[in-house]
Amino acid sequence: MPTNRETWEQAFGSSTVRDADFTTMSGIALEPVYGPESESSDGPSDYPGQFPYTRGPYPSMYRSKLWTMRMFAGFGTADDTNWRFKEIIKSGGDGLSTAFDMPTLLGIDSDDPMALGEVGRCGVAIDSLADMEDLYAGIDLDTTTTSMTINSPAAVIFAMYVAQAEKAGVPRARLGGTLQNDILKEYQAQKEFVFPPRASMRLVRDTIKFCAAEMPRWHSISISGYHIREAGSTAVEELAFTLANGFAYVELAMQAGLPVDAFAPRLSFFFNAHIDFFEEIAKYRAARRVWARWLRDRYGAKVERSMQLRFHTQTAGVSLTAQQPEVNVVRTAIEALAGVLGGTQSLHTNSMDEAMALPTEKTARIALRTQQVIAHETNVAHVADPLGGSWYVEHLTEEVERQAEELFSYLDQLGGGSMLEGVIKGIEDNWFQGKIADSAYDLERRFNTGRRIVVGVNAFTEGSEEAQIPLLQITNEDETRQLKRLEQVRQSRDQSAVDAALRRIETEAADPEVNLMPALIDAVRAYATLGEVMGSLGIVFGRHVEVPTI
Amino acid sequence: MPGQRILIAKVGLDGHDRGIKVVARILRDAGYEVIYTGLFQTPATVAAAAVDEDVDAIGLSMLSGAHMTLAPLVISETRARGVDIPVIVGGIVPEPDIVKLKEMGVAAVLTPGATSAQIVAEVAAALAAYA
Repeated sequence: MPTNRETWEQAFGSSTVRDADFTTMSGIALEPVYGPESESSDGPSDYPGQFPYTRGPYPSMYRSKLWTMRMFAGFGTADDTNWRFKEIIKSGGDGLSTAFDMPTLLGIDSDDPMALGEVGRCGVAIDSLADMEDLYAGIDLDTTTTSMTINSPAAVIFAMYVAQAEKAGVPRARLGGTLQNDILKEYQAQKEFVFPPRASMRLVRDTIKFCAAEMPRWHSISISGYHIREAGSTAVEELAFTLANGFAYVELAMQAGLPVDAFAPRLSFFFNAHIDFFEEIAKYRAARRVWARWLRDRYGAKVERSMQLRFHTQTAGVSLTAQQPEVNVVRTAIEALAGVLGGTQSLHTNSMDEAMALPTEKTARIALRTQQVIAHETNVAHVADPLGGSWYVEHLTEEVERQAEELFSYLDQLGGGSMLEGVIKGIEDNWFQGKIADSAYDLERRFNTGRRIVVGVNAFTEGSEEAQIPLLQITNEDETRQLKRLEQVRQSRDQSAVDAALRRIETEAADPEVNLMPALIDAVRAYATLGEVMGSLGIVFGRHVEVPTI
Repeated sequence: MPGQRILIAKVGLDGHDRGIKVVARILRDAGYEVIYTGLFQTPATVAAAAVDEDVDAIGLSMLSGAHMTLAPLVISETRARGVDIPVIVGGIVPEPDIVKLKEMGVAAVLTPGATSAQIVAEVAAALAAYA
């Protein structure tokens, strides 16, 4: 008697098959169906909350607490964004996530000549503590957690956050939230770097040490694959590069004398949710498993929380289309569902208009409502790791993990047994940048040949010419208002206190043994601007220049 | 036409370089000689590079919303150096801005979803218009 498998193989063999690309977005070839024979011997026997946490970091997952609906927002001046934050809280969002404008992300002031035309455009403009005070005015930071997407100047912006919260009466030990502070992926993908890698890593070390000592509720880094993916990597590269960066930060902090279990519990991750549904879910499951194994086996973590990878998810901005933008609601919903089925701890859903502009209040609300439908109408959150045991998803999880391990081996060798050195060398050699550009071009070619369809772009284009939906307009008025605010700050502060604080930063920056956080907090309290503080650091640290490659 | 030289540049603070790198390869595959400035250029450094490299066109990639300020400055800086070549903008540019940019002298604007064929055709047309 033939087995069911054999009978199926025969029947499948005589079926006509569509001429289509049956691979994942990462190029993993897929079988038409998976069965028990594709299960490897070490398939997960673990339950949620059990090592290696393939099925989730916590035993009860969403039965205890749904994911945090953390909507990313920021535009114009601090007042504008403060108003949007309050709208988000009113609409049922339960965490804040701050988007900064380009000058802030690069650590320059709004009145710097390079900031021309960029102030408040794709995030909120923050020049000094005065802006930070307005940004969070009237928001209870004791109960609301805040995430800040900032990297090169992360330590300075963090100093401003601590200073403004303490001024508002919330001691730093009670503050909960996340600083992105992931500088490595800036050199690899997002490209908002200022100082050279090693100087930047010193600032990261200082924030990790500061948080470990004084801010038990704060996540000192959010190790981010999101931007790596948006820059064009595959899902496998997103996972591998992100975790490699994570290992680099672990080695950095251990070299600085911190025991792994003193800081690893406060590391968090940030992944993309792209449109290849099952591959994304496999990616999250593999990520948890890889992290747990490396932290225990290579870095000697003993505390469970050090091994439990927790992550934020954002749906893929690059998957959105300018054509027929309403269809983006559907894409975002599917991507968000992948994040939830993959066990994310928090989620941002993009708005339908984000291929063209920052979201309007209405489109941002629809994006939040999308999460609320998933959370409260579909019942998908009732059961942890609902795809665990699926032969397909288990196979894909193993395959993603296997391919990631190959990339780790390369980096480990490159660094002579150190992931920290391997990652820095990989940046200096343009290895990461080249890999990402190759993958981006490969995907583009698949779009161009029609092997991958994007609805409304290279197929089903009827309706793509229709009038666009109303977009958020950022005017030059915001820039003018911000320049006035900055001018007022410069006029009203005690200049000699600022000068002294900046001199202290320069002195302490030159001594790698010193933790810069106290000096940074004192300087921003004196209303030294972001650009001034970064300038003082830059005198000692210098600037990073990327060798342009195509 | 293939064989012509195109300078592609990122002006201002925007670090998003996925699009510009993909476009660089598309143009190179179409037979153009492509020179990439790297990140964080100013209108003046782009204009100077265009003159030094003796290019036939400039492509600007802009995704941060600063196109209305920076693209016209690239044109004026280039013309101030006695060079009149097409400046093409690619990136996130809302419809009303496309009209305004063209009035300001931008030769073509390519937005998200443009195919390789469209990119090559627009560049060829812009070059032909200036020939």
